[in-house]
Amino acid sequence: MNTRLWRHWEWLLDRPWLLPALLAGGLVLAFAIPQYQLFNNYIQLILMYIGINIILTVSLNLVNGYMGEFSLAHAGFMAVGAYTSALLTMEVLPVGTYPSLFPVALLAGGAATAVLGLAVALSSFRVRGDYLAIITLAFLMIVKSAIENVDAIGGPRGLPGIPRLTTLPWVFFWTVTLVWLVRNFVYSHYGRGILSIREDEIASDLMSVDTRRVKIFAFMLSSFCAGIAGGLFAHLLQFISPRVFDIVKTTEILIMVYLGGIASIGGSIIGATLYTLLLEVLRPSTMASLLSWLPAPIFDPLYEYFIRHLGVLRMVIMPLALVLVMLYWPRGIMGMREFRGFVPRRDRAAHHALDTPAESPHGTADRH
Amino acid sequence: MNPDTIYWLQQLLNALQLGSIYALIALGYSMVYGILTMINFAHGDVFMIGAFCCLLAATALGLPFAPTLLLTMAGTALLGVVIERLAYKPLRNAPRVSAIITALGVGLFLQNATLALSPYPKAMPPLLDNLTWQFAGISVSSLQLIVICLSLGLMLVLDHVVHRTPVGMAMRAIAWDKTLVPLMGIPVNLIISITFAIGAGLAGAAGTMYSLAYPVIDPQMGIMVGWKAFIAAVVGGIGNIRGAMIGAFILGGVEIMVVALLPSTYRDFIVFSLLLLLVIIRPQGILGQAREQKV
Repeated sequence: MNTRLWRHWEWLLDRPWLLPALLAGGLVLAFAIPQYQLFNNYIQLILMYIGINIILTVSLNLVNGYMGEFSLAHAGFMAVGAYTSALLTMEVLPVGTYPSLFPVALLAGGAATAVLGLAVALSSFRVRGDYLAIITLAFLMIVKSAIENVDAIGGPRGLPGIPRLTTLPWVFFWTVTLVWLVRNFVYSHYGRGILSIREDEIASDLMSVDTRRVKIFAFMLSSFCAGIAGGLFAHLLQFISPRVFDIVKTTEILIMVYLGGIASIGGSIIGATLYTLLLEVLRPSTMASLLSWLPAPIFDPLYEYFIRHLGVLRMVIMPLALVLVMLYWPRGIMGMREFRGFVPRRDRAAHHALDTPAESPHGTADRH
Repeated sequence: MNPDTIYWLQQLLNALQLGSIYALIALGYSMVYGILTMINFAHGDVFMIGAFCCLLAATALGLPFAPTLLLTMAGTALLGVVIERLAYKPLRNAPRVSAIITALGVGLFLQNATLALSPYPKAMPPLLDNLTWQFAGISVSSLQLIVICLSLGLMLVLDHVVHRTPVGMAMRAIAWDKTLVPLMGIPVNLIISITFAIGAGLAGAAGTMYSLAYPVIDPQMGIMVGWKAFIAAVVGGIGNIRGAMIGAFILGGVEIMVVALLPSTYRDFIVFSLLLLLVIIRPQGILGQAREQKV
C-alpha cells in the first residue's frame, strides 16, 4: 500500500464535511439522473430498488443484528405499509392534484405498521429466541392471509392501478432519513440498551436497563421503516398482491442482512446493494447485454447453455450463495464492524484508544 | 344415524387422514429440535422431495406401492443425512441464528432446484386400487385406511425406537446434555445423523401418502404443509415426540372443522392465529416442559 496515498485517504476520512458533501452530491445526482436521463430507465429502477432494500435491511438489522432477536415478520410489515399507503393515495388523498401529499401517505403507512410492530414487541416480553421467531412468522402469515380474505382490497388477486409516485429523489430522501434515524437510535442511550439485550437480557435488566421500553422502541422503529419501504415499493411497482409479501421476501431481506453482516449499518448498505445488483446481473437479458462484447464462438454456447437458463438458475444460485456465506463467512462482509463515518465522534475517540494502531483499511473496528 | 352425525364422523375421518400426514412431518421437526435445539426449516421441502421421489419411482421405474414407499423413505433419509453433514454440522457450534438461516437457504435451494427441473405441477398416478366401503352411511376409502394405519404404525415403531432401544436412549441423552454424552462413549455425530435420517425418512413416507391422497404435486407444496407440520410440533411441545403426534391430530381437526364451517380461505388465518395465542399463553406447548431460564 502506498503510504502517502494512504495518509491522504485517512485525512479525507477525518474531515467533518465529508459526509454532508457526499449527501449533497447524492441529492444533486438523485434529481439530475431522472431530469437529464443520465442513465436509462432500467438502471434508475435498479437504483430505486437498492434504496428500498437498504431501508429494509438496515431496519431488520436493528432487530436481528443489534438486538439479537430473530424476526421473520419484515415482509408482513412491508405489506401493511404498502397496502395502507396505496389505499390512501388511491382512495383518500388527492395525489393527482397535490403530488406532495405522497409523504403523508407513506408516513401513515409507516405509522400503521409501527402499531403492528408494537404488537410484536408486546409478545416479545413473554417469549424469546425460537419462540419469538415462531410468533413473528405467525404475524407474517396472519397479515398475508388477512389481506387475502378482504375482498375490498383485491383479496388474493392483488391491488392494481397504484399511481407511480416513487421517484429517485424520494427514494434517496427516505433512505438517507431512515438510515440516519436508525444510526442515531443505535448510538443513543436506547441503542446501548439494545446491545445489552443482545448480550444478556437478564443482566441488562439488573443494570437498570428498561428492557421493555427499549424493545418497544426497537420493534416500532424497525417496523415503521419497513412500512415506509413497503409504501415506496408499492408506488414503484404499481401493483401489489399478498403473494409478493410472503416468507420468500423475508428470506431475501435476511440474506441481505447476513451478507452485509449483523450489527453494522455500513454492512447493511453494502449487503443490500450487492444482493440487489447480483440478482439483476443474473437476469438473462442483463447478463447477455453485459457479455455481448465476447466473440460469437464463445458467447453463443455460453448463451445456449447458461445465460438462457439464468431465469430459473438464479433462484437456485441465490439460496446456495446464502448457505455458502453462512458456512464459510458467518460474519458477513462487515459483521460487528462499522464505517468510521457512521460512528459518532465521541465513540470514535473511545474506539481509537481501544484499538491497535494497525487496523483494517476500511475503518475502526466497532466492537461492543 | 342422523345425517349430522354422519357428516361429522366423515369429517373426523378426514381429520385423521390429514392429521396423520402432519404427524409424520411434525415428528421430524420435533426430533431435530429435541436433539439440536434447531428449527430445521428445510424439513417441509424434504417432504416435497419425498413426493417427487415417489412420482419418479412410480412412473420412471414403474414400481408398485410398497417398493415405492420404501425407496422414497430411503431416498429422503439419505437426503436428510447429506443436508445435515454438509450444511448443519459445520455450524453446530456457531450462533443458533446461523443454523436457522442456513436451513431456510437449504429449503429454498431444494424448492428452486426442483422448480428448475420440473416447472409444472405433476399428476400422480394412482398406485393403489381405491375401494370405498360404506359403514352405517359413512364412506371409508381404502386409501384413507392405508394412510391412517400406515402412519400410526410408523409412529408406534418410532415411539418404540425412541423409548425402548439403545439408539433412542442415546438420542434422549444427547437432548438432555450434549457435553456429558460423549464422555459416556456415545457417538454423538452418528446418533445425530440417525436422527436426521429417521426424521427425513418419515417425511418421505408423508410425501408418498400425501401425493396419493391429494394427487397433484408441485415444488412449492412443501412450504405450507411444512409450516403446518411445524405448528403441530410447536402445539404439542416442540422436542416432545408424543406431543408432536397429538399436536398434528389437533391441527388436522381444527383445519377440517374450519373448512367445514367457514369459507376455506379462512383456514390459514385461523390456524396461525391459534398458533400465536398458544405460543404467547403456553410457549412450551401441550406436552412440553417449561425450562427455567438460568442466569
